[in-house]
Amino acid sequence: MTARGLLYLLLVVFVAYYMLPLFVMVITSLKDLDEIRAGSLMSPPDRVSLESWGTAWSSACAGILCEGLQPFFWNSVKMVVPAVLLSTLLGAVNGYALSQWRFRGANLIFALMLFGCFIPFQVVLLPMARTLGLLGLAGSLSGLVLVHVVYGLGFTTLFFRNFYVTVPTELVKAAKIDGAGFFTIFLRIFLPLSPPIIVVTVIWQFTQIWNDFLFGVSFSQAGTQPVTVALNNIVNATTGVKEYNVDMAAAIIAGLPTLIVYVIAGKYFIRGLTAGSVKG
Amino acid sequence: MAEPDQSVLAIEKLSKSFQNTAVLTNIDLAIAEGSFLVLVGPSGCGKSTLLNCIAGLEEPSSGRILIGGRDMTGVPPKDRDIAMVFQSYALYPRMSVAKNITFGMQVRGATRAEQKSALERVSGMLKIDHLLERRPAQLSGGQRQRVAMGRALVREPRLFLFDEPLSNLDAKLRVEMRAEIKRLHQRLGASIVYVTHDQTEAMSLATEVAVMEGGIIVQRGPPQEVYDYPVNTFVAGFIGSPAMNFIEGHIRKDGGAVRIEIPFDGKTMAVPAEHYPFVGSTEDGTKVILGIRPEYVTGRDRASGDEEVSLELVPTLVETNGFDQHVNLAFGPAEISGRFSPREQIEIGTPLPTRIDLSQMSVFDRKTGMRL
Repeated sequence: MTARGLLYLLLVVFVAYYMLPLFVMVITSLKDLDEIRAGSLMSPPDRVSLESWGTAWSSACAGILCEGLQPFFWNSVKMVVPAVLLSTLLGAVNGYALSQWRFRGANLIFALMLFGCFIPFQVVLLPMARTLGLLGLAGSLSGLVLVHVVYGLGFTTLFFRNFYVTVPTELVKAAKIDGAGFFTIFLRIFLPLSPPIIVVTVIWQFTQIWNDFLFGVSFSQAGTQPVTVALNNIVNATTGVKEYNVDMAAAIIAGLPTLIVYVIAGKYFIRGLTAGSVKG
Repeated sequence: MAEPDQSVLAIEKLSKSFQNTAVLTNIDLAIAEGSFLVLVGPSGCGKSTLLNCIAGLEEPSSGRILIGGRDMTGVPPKDRDIAMVFQSYALYPRMSVAKNITFGMQVRGATRAEQKSALERVSGMLKIDHLLERRPAQLSGGQRQRVAMGRALVREPRLFLFDEPLSNLDAKLRVEMRAEIKRLHQRLGASIVYVTHDQTEAMSLATEVAVMEGGIIVQRGPPQEVYDYPVNTFVAGFIGSPAMNFIEGHIRKDGGAVRIEIPFDGKTMAVPAEHYPFVGSTEDGTKVILGIRPEYVTGRDRASGDEEVSLELVPTLVETNGFDQHVNLAFGPAEISGRFSPREQIEIGTPLPTRIDLSQMSVFDRKTGMRL
């Protein structure tokens, strides 16, 4: 019984360790500036005010533009949705081809794609900038989508390949004899098997792309900056009073989508990661 | 209409190699309409590769395959008029049993009515009507195997291919399904090529057996013929369980009489071989291996032919299975096994009167392993 108690105590400590920063952020965002200056960090607000949330969303100044996070938030959405969908779909096709259609050189290609996962962001910045320029996509959201799709492909391919490799190859043989081709087999037989790994991939890609700052700041321009870049610009504004409550509210808003995705699909994430072979 | 003498399947000089490893070498094979050919051999002998080549899942390196008289070179699996049943069943996991069976028809554009009537026909035949809405994961092994067969049957192909279809089933079910496959073959008169590593399966199913080793077909013929007249020591040892006894000796020609002399207990035991159907002429002194199946090594209460030797041999191991006792007997430095009546009193270490019937023996050249 005491061992169990100890276990719970330890867990509570860990939970506190992870939740405390969020707690501080939330209460700070609900206080007004006077109270922040006067009160202690941990004490709850005397008077709850949502004003800073409104400011963060629609009127805080990111650089010279004072429209809050809102326009940048939608930029991020417009970037994340196609990038996640495209990279997941391409990863699924890649993984299917690499695991089930063992063509000559499949292993080499897979090794190279895997290697792509370990290339640091910084290394690809310059070549990517040049590529985007040549494609006429410099500074555009489409350009950012392309960057994230290309960079994410290694991971998504890895996820799907390792998932499909557990499917007996006889399935493809049987379908071939039944008369189905490459894409029919993919759409009718393999895609229906895939929800667990699709969830894993979507969460992974969504989190990566939504949270990305470096590509966002490097390959965007005034109208196309994602929310992470705007958040940085709001928090690091050097003029005027430092509005901690607005900063905190902005940070929470910027982080909310990944949190929501995880809450909704989290249990599938764990299930997908631990999912073993597919039983015929 | 196919001509009566035309083969359903003809394989001509087929070879297959992966990189530099030859998996199949110069295979020639033809089977007639309605045959049940079993390709049997140890793992790695190339039997599954041969089946995959017939199915069109792998391209042969050289040679050609004809199905129903048509050259199949470059023809994709779906156009070969074949159906295949796999060891892992390979059912489509997210489709119902009904969908699994009709998937191929649907891909090939059959109408709903056609699919429905075909499904009814096949599911009735295999007694899986009540399972049609289930997913493969909700089925037992035997039921999955039935569905896999249903998927093949619904095609009504020229040729059925079975790739170790019973290997994933437990022993009892395997025997049941084996009988079912045999019954199906008898009823439909279908042409079947069946791959297995299990010689019992091969013997019980086949109208013709092809024993493979190291990428070639070593022997081919009706099961009983392969059993009685194995062409070499490999086939002799592979077909039959428990395995054939091998006893070393040499040929002694004495005027017209031919004997096989076997050193035994410091003496020489002479086995008359006048009636043995030697394939060619033999020379005096040729070192040979005598092959005798365990069922011809019996006790005194079992009747045997004229050509027999009586010995006293010491049992070293007894296995009972209810209808027989399998006994290992010390024979010089080696052992031979025999089948004795379950009523016989057998004690380890106590010499046992043993009869060896020689009318069904095989003689192999010790150097080449080939039948003499």
